[in-house]
Amino acid sequence: MKSPTAYRAFRVVALAVVVVSLLAPLLWMVAASFKTNVDIYDQSKALVFSPTLENYKKVLRQANYVQFIGNSLWVAFAATVLSLILGVPAAYSMSRFNMKKSALVVLMARVIPGVSLLVPWYYVFSNLRMVGGFTVLILSHMFVSLPLIVYIMMGFFDGLPLELEEAALVDGLTHIGAFRRVTLPLSAPGIATAGILSFIFSWNNFMFALVLSGADTKTLPVAIFDFVGYASIDWGGLMAAATVVTLPIMLIALFVQKYVVSGLTAGATKG
Amino acid sequence: MAAVTSPTRSPSARSTSPDPAWSRWANGHRKWLFAAPAMLFVAVLIVIPLTWTIYLSLTDAEGSVRAESSFIGFKNYVDVLSDTDRFWPAVLRTVAFTGIALLFEVVLGMAIALLLWRPFRGQRWVRVAILMPLVATPVAVGMMWRLIFDPNIGMANQVLGWVGIGPQPWLAGRSTALPTTMFIDIWQWTPMVALILLAGLTSLSDEPQEAARIDGASAWQRFRHVTLPLMMPTVIVAILLRGIDALKTFDILYATKGRGGGSFHEVETLNVYAYGLSFDYNEYGVSSAVLIIFFLIIIGLMWALTARRKKEANR
Repeated sequence: MKSPTAYRAFRVVALAVVVVSLLAPLLWMVAASFKTNVDIYDQSKALVFSPTLENYKKVLRQANYVQFIGNSLWVAFAATVLSLILGVPAAYSMSRFNMKKSALVVLMARVIPGVSLLVPWYYVFSNLRMVGGFTVLILSHMFVSLPLIVYIMMGFFDGLPLELEEAALVDGLTHIGAFRRVTLPLSAPGIATAGILSFIFSWNNFMFALVLSGADTKTLPVAIFDFVGYASIDWGGLMAAATVVTLPIMLIALFVQKYVVSGLTAGATKG
Repeated sequence: MAAVTSPTRSPSARSTSPDPAWSRWANGHRKWLFAAPAMLFVAVLIVIPLTWTIYLSLTDAEGSVRAESSFIGFKNYVDVLSDTDRFWPAVLRTVAFTGIALLFEVVLGMAIALLLWRPFRGQRWVRVAILMPLVATPVAVGMMWRLIFDPNIGMANQVLGWVGIGPQPWLAGRSTALPTTMFIDIWQWTPMVALILLAGLTSLSDEPQEAARIDGASAWQRFRHVTLPLMMPTVIVAILLRGIDALKTFDILYATKGRGGGSFHEVETLNVYAYGLSFDYNEYGVSSAVLIIFFLIIIGLMWALTARRKKEANR
């Protein structure tokens, strides 16, 4: 790249290739969800077709997806809120008191394969006749959410200056009072980041719900998987179902892009 | 109402002295008071179950979860480690899947991060586009690629047709299935690596770059001898974060090929194998042994990478 202009032209082309190859498959999925199955099989109707809402009607009315959307929302919401309640104070202690070993124990959960916990959970909870209920499902999702939140919030608290808390102590607040009235309000961006990431990961989680959910507590990813259990695949319906689960998350990411990126890259640039 | 019942208490007074003894104790023990609930959760839901998995791996537990099982020592481990039919091929597939996908993700991710490094108009929108694959639900992503890679009606073969290449079986082929799932993983997770590396690039100082430019170094020389060495710690973090998840890949494999990684176990990695043993065949003892071995492999690789990262950081 000798001249800046040549590099600029190269960069525009390269970025266009990147954006198209990342977005085209997703657009293809959304397009197929508006096609009849006849049109999906017809290569000449790849881009030009008369859109139909039949697939969505089928998915939302017949296939019970309204209930699955509710289940997914409830599980992701509950797992996130409970993990924040447990995780934010823990991350604060681990950051302020430099509890390296304790932090390592919590963060190990990011490394452990989920199946190795699913087996004992399944043993215990099926003997307690709790498999298929929301409680077990929410607890299992907290296994992903809690370490994620502790990890993100520890990084956040590490970067928060001590002086503000010390000033609050001088003003007569207790340590816990200073945490509640000074540190927590200042941590709002970090909590938002951790909460959004936890919600996304829980919404997308498949394996735990595959084993631990029942007919009434099924979440969206499992519902989509069950869609292909039959002899021939209803592509239109399947793509509508895939769009229903993916679109809300992509919209969230679109509006709170900054938080999602800072959560995903948390801790990446520390030495 | 509160003002009527306790007119003399200001908000700050309430927080400092509701119950001095309790408050003093709580403040003195806040370190553990804050950390204990999360630690307890981890102990009950992770440490105890994991201990039980180790115990199960030494028994012949199978069938119903209410069935009796007896202690058989290391027999499961011996059986698993001498199983060249399912276990070792699964290890090979796991290593190949992770290694190849990771290689592409780091190289492409670095290229994308470098493209996004210097600000330009519309950068925000490119970053939003990059975010889309990685927040998309993996199961839905698997289904989406199943349609695109369908040998008869998929877009992939049509695109190949435009450039004069014959149709491929993709996910349906015995030897093409695993590379196709690697492609899906690369499509979904390269953006993640790109974002981590971009965060690293943004935190670099401009001075070494400038000095090299003044010395007449070419763009490639500057990347190879200035940027890349400075970026090594971040690259290793990216490999660590992505590598752990790549080893454990399950969703896209199960969504595209189903039980056992397909009828010929084409995409059966260790995680898919362990899941199948546990929940499709109820071989809890054997699957626990596989899981413990899998866990040790992950810990070993992580330990090696972390040691490498410390070495890089100290240079």
